[in-house]
Amino acid sequence: MVAHLLRLKLTLLRNGLRRSPMQLVGLAIGGLYALGIVGALVVALVLLRRADPELARTAVVLGGSAALLGWAIIPVAVAAADMTLDPARFTTFAVPMRQLLTGLALGGLIGIPGLATVLVSLATVWTFSRGPFAAAAALAGAAIGVLSCIVLSKVVTTGTASLASSRRFKDVSAIAFMIPLVLMGPIVAGVGRGVAASTGFLPELAGTLSWTPLGAAWSLGGDVASGRPAAAAIKFLIAVATLAVLAWCWKLLLERALVTPPYAGSGSRKGGKMGLFGLLPATPAGAVTARSLTYWLRDPRYAGSLVVVPLLPILLVFQGSQSGNYGSLAFAAPLAAFLLAWSISADVSYDNTAFALHLATGVRGVADRLGRALACLALALPVVLIFAVGQCFFTGGWAELPGQVGLSLGILFTGLGLSSVVSARYTVAVPLPGDSPFKKPPGNVGQTLAVQFAGMGILGLLVLPEVGLIIAQLVTGNPLFGWINLAVGPILGLALFVTGVRLGGKWLDARGPELLAQLTINR
Amino acid sequence: MTAAHPDPPTDPVVHAGLVPALSIRGLAKRFGEKIAVDGISLDVPAGSFFGIVGPNGAGKTTTLSMATGLLRPDFGTAVVHGVDVWTRPLEAKKLMGILPDGVRLFDRLTGEQLVTYAGLLRGMDKDVVAARVGELLAALDLAQDAGKLVVDYSAGMTKKIALASALIHAPRLLVLDEPFEAVDPVSASNIRSILDNYVASGGTVIVSSHVMDLVQRMCDHVAVVAGGRLLAAGTVDEVRGSASLEERFVQLVGGRSHTEGLEWLRTF
Repeated sequence: MVAHLLRLKLTLLRNGLRRSPMQLVGLAIGGLYALGIVGALVVALVLLRRADPELARTAVVLGGSAALLGWAIIPVAVAAADMTLDPARFTTFAVPMRQLLTGLALGGLIGIPGLATVLVSLATVWTFSRGPFAAAAALAGAAIGVLSCIVLSKVVTTGTASLASSRRFKDVSAIAFMIPLVLMGPIVAGVGRGVAASTGFLPELAGTLSWTPLGAAWSLGGDVASGRPAAAAIKFLIAVATLAVLAWCWKLLLERALVTPPYAGSGSRKGGKMGLFGLLPATPAGAVTARSLTYWLRDPRYAGSLVVVPLLPILLVFQGSQSGNYGSLAFAAPLAAFLLAWSISADVSYDNTAFALHLATGVRGVADRLGRALACLALALPVVLIFAVGQCFFTGGWAELPGQVGLSLGILFTGLGLSSVVSARYTVAVPLPGDSPFKKPPGNVGQTLAVQFAGMGILGLLVLPEVGLIIAQLVTGNPLFGWINLAVGPILGLALFVTGVRLGGKWLDARGPELLAQLTINR
Repeated sequence: MTAAHPDPPTDPVVHAGLVPALSIRGLAKRFGEKIAVDGISLDVPAGSFFGIVGPNGAGKTTTLSMATGLLRPDFGTAVVHGVDVWTRPLEAKKLMGILPDGVRLFDRLTGEQLVTYAGLLRGMDKDVVAARVGELLAALDLAQDAGKLVVDYSAGMTKKIALASALIHAPRLLVLDEPFEAVDPVSASNIRSILDNYVASGGTVIVSSHVMDLVQRMCDHVAVVAGGRLLAAGTVDEVRGSASLEERFVQLVGGRSHTEGLEWLRTF
């Protein structure tokens, strides 16, 4: 039965790859990436063999504890738990519980994260192969450690299955996860500095962790190698007990999950709250604006980019604090304008086949384009203005403000116009409605890249006048160029905005069905 | 395919002197190697309750998509109440209410917002929309869940809210692709009585389905489609003759496997 489960997992994996070659490419890229990390870690562990046993022990215990935590947190945080062998699918088969548990646990090892963990854990055996006992202890520790990782991850995902399948949780976790991802640079730098400042603290931390369920298994080899067999024996008991308790918890949760399918419903709610539809004009364009704005706030795929934008100045300030020069802050407003304006170039792709409603109602292309662009503008305009003023406030360079505002508004309006044209003609591969914003579906990757690069290139050409004026101001130091830019940016931008909305509308009227057909393929 | 391919029905069921609600001529569509629809011609009389039946993959959805302006045909024309769908799409779409099958909805809106959105997109007046949304949701048993996001609806509720979006502008022709899929029996009979009243007051309904019993009880006209071709069309009584619609359908479409074998299923 266990072999059956493992074969099932492999078959599912293989058939998934056969269905779309792009998935194979994705797996290959992920595999190479993992191989690089695994390779580096294995080399480090091999080198640690010649190091002081205390140092080796500290490194292995800390790394192992981190791996265990990662296995518990990451699947829930990114809402990307591996559900190929979802226990709920076995409810109708009478699989004996013991075999189901073994099969699912070993099945968890198949896949990139599982294999990587196994390989790195096995490398720790080499680190401590300073004697037959130490090596044996390290091997036992690695085996218990890897199994604990898998079982802990299963406990967490099974325990939170009904939570994780609720739409609200998925939405919130997807957006919340965006923040550490964007701030990765500052966080890593901060942690790095903290670690460097407190190197004396790490062995102590490792020492403490090695007595807890987190680190016990990983310290076995180190303890034996540095001549503390008694401590190792006690930690072995701790590690085995941890694994046993985790397995027991998993068994209980699984037994419960098999008879109570996850419940994701929510109570009924009476109507009467029209939200933005009540506030905005009751015209086709107004309705599209209200719908788009509602999506910007409610759909994590849009809300994710709204969360990222305020983090932009934080990143730039951080970068400035590293170099001592805050000049790059001047990019905040134009960059935000570009990011927000360009984000609606995939608007129809985000709709997916829901776009059929626009086609069925026969809404005019211009109303469709204008509504979407105005929704984005309503959010982007205040952000861009605040960034421009905030930048001058921060650096004290008020003379730059007119030029900054002119350039940013120019980019914003031009970008919205261009996006209106692009999304009326081309679809790109984006996460499907309801999916995590991180989940790029395999799709027409070639077209996606071509559209992105060509679009950005054209945008660059269209805003050349504003960019030229900014450069002229910077070179000559003459504030007049800034004031000219304040006029040129919005005027030229608005002209291109109107042109873009009109042209996009015309194309949409002419090619709506073709666009829907493309979306149907992407579905 | 045993039955011969009937060319454009020589005797289309035309109600004396009336323009058909939907008239399609030689519609054809190819997806890559596969010919999904192979020249279908059909007249749907105004004021009829018209069923389109066919096995899975027969080309029902493709035909209806081409007839309603959602999918551009490779060949052929579709005319709604005298308005060509592909040369005057905006006018034709005003006359039609469409419930497409297998497309998503803007499901991050509440049910109420979605139907309102469909109305406003059609350029309708705000107050008219508001009044009709309330009535439609009540008639389709959705009033209790009007403020819930559509993404949290069950499959049947989703069908019903899509139907409400198709009805909001009081179209003359309703094209419903699989309207009863996943809908509970109580709601289904509510929907049926809404549709019956609608037809009684002069509207035309086209439904696609593969539930023969339902079509036989509900519709007055029927067309049988298989393999992208029209096998039979006319009033339900004309098409089924003395047999039941289901028997006639199986006879037309073929492919019934004889219930031999599976003896072990009786041994327990």
